[in-house]
Order: sequence, then C-alpha cells, then structure tokens
Amino acid sequence: MAAYKLNPDHWVDLYADYLFNYAIARVSDAEIAKDLVQETFFAGLKSAKNYKGDAAERTWLIAILKRKVIDHYRKINSNKGKAEVRINYNTSSESEGDWLEEQVADPFSKDGDNTIENEELGLAIEDCISKLPKKQSLVFKMKTIQGMSTEDICNELGINPSNLWVMIHRARTALMGCMNQTWF
Amino acid sequence: MKISLEKAKQICTKSQYGEATWWELVQLNVYLLFSKECAEFSSKNKKLTSLCERAGLDTLSEDDKDDMKKKLKKHL
Repeated sequence: MAAYKLNPDHWVDLYADYLFNYAIARVSDAEIAKDLVQETFFAGLKSAKNYKGDAAERTWLIAILKRKVIDHYRKINSNKGKAEVRINYNTSSESEGDWLEEQVADPFSKDGDNTIENEELGLAIEDCISKLPKKQSLVFKMKTIQGMSTEDICNELGINPSNLWVMIHRARTALMGCMNQTWF
Repeated sequence: MKISLEKAKQICTKSQYGEATWWELVQLNVYLLFSKECAEFSSKNKKLTSLCERAGLDTLSEDDKDDMKKKLKKHL
C-alpha cells in the first residue's frame, strides 16, 4: 500500500484556481475550463490509489488535466467529417491588390512567445497566491482579479476597510517576495 | 504630516487600486522624496500591478468552488 496520501478535501481550495487558469489558457472558454477542472478532480479521486507520491499533488492533478484537455479537443475533432474549411478572400476595397501571403500568419511574429510567457507568468502568480494565508489570498483575488469594490468585499467578508488594506498590503508584499527572483 | 514607513507602503498599495485619498498621496509623495526603501517598494508594487494585468488572471467564484466541493464530496 502506498505511503502517500492525497487530500481531496482541500483540492478545491488549494488547486482549483491554478488548474482553472491552466485550462482556460488552453480552451479559452470559462465554462469548459470549469468543467475540465471538475472532471480532473473526479478522475483524481478515481485513480487516487495509483498516486505514488513521485510528484507533488498539484503536478499530478495538472497531468490529469492535460489529458482532459486533449480528450476535449479529440471530442471536438471527432465531428471533423461535418466540418468544412472555408477560405475567405479579403474582398474589401482597401486591401485590393494586396498579396494573399500578407494575410497569413507571420512566422516571425512574437505574439506566440508573448502568449506562452504570459501563461507562465499567470501560473507563477497563481502559485505564489496559493502560498498566502487563506483570507489574504481571498481578499487579494476579490480586489485584484475580480475587481470588486472595497465596500462589496467588506460587506461580504464582514471586515472594515482598514483590515482590507492591511490584508491586501501583506498579500502584495508576500507576492513581491515570492516572485522576486524570476519576474522582478 | 509625518507617517511611518509601513504606513507609506500601505498608502502605496492603496494607490495601486486608485483608492488613496488626495491627502494620502501628498504624504506618500513627500515620503518618497526621502526614503529609498519606500521608493524601491513603490517601484516593485507598480511592477506587480503590471504583471497581474499582463497575466490576465482568472479566478473561480466562491459559488463555483462551493458547487465543486459539493460534487466532489458526493464522489468521496
């Protein structure tokens, strides 16, 4: 029997946002990403007995999620026969006379690199946020990521604005320390 | 008028969300003139704001998480 124990009770609190960001970067749809995260947790439970502790719990869940994302695209592509490829020639008069080659993706474009770097950055921030005390992390996310008003957060959590700013300040200071070496 | 370094840093954080008052901003700017530590903190704080914006982070709502927990509990 494996000596390594998983903690599914804490999976949602500890990993849901990290997995969600990972998934949304790949499927670009919040609802699908949410479903994939939920399916990942179910699959994790199902194969919990196979967890040998070689990787951290989160890395193990990410590996499951990766397969879920692949399955998702396979499912979409299984409808391939019904799909049809359309090439839209640009008919606007402004681009009349332009070469067709100019309309295809630029292989030297840095957009792809930026997307990958921003995804890495997002996961690095999420990783650091997950190391914060629970309430600090919650307040930081509500204010910085969800963009909620100070008043709404205070009402929801039953704290006063002074407490809120102290918590956000501590969270940001900790995040700066956590991300310091790679990103600053 | 005189504020502590910690208070100056807190105002700096508040200003990242555009919620520092006019008077707090005056206090912070005066402090920044004399404190190298506060100036460094302020620059890192701004950088953190721009990194968060660049990363385009998403988060699940608490309701979504509660829902996930309930479904997961059924499978436990």
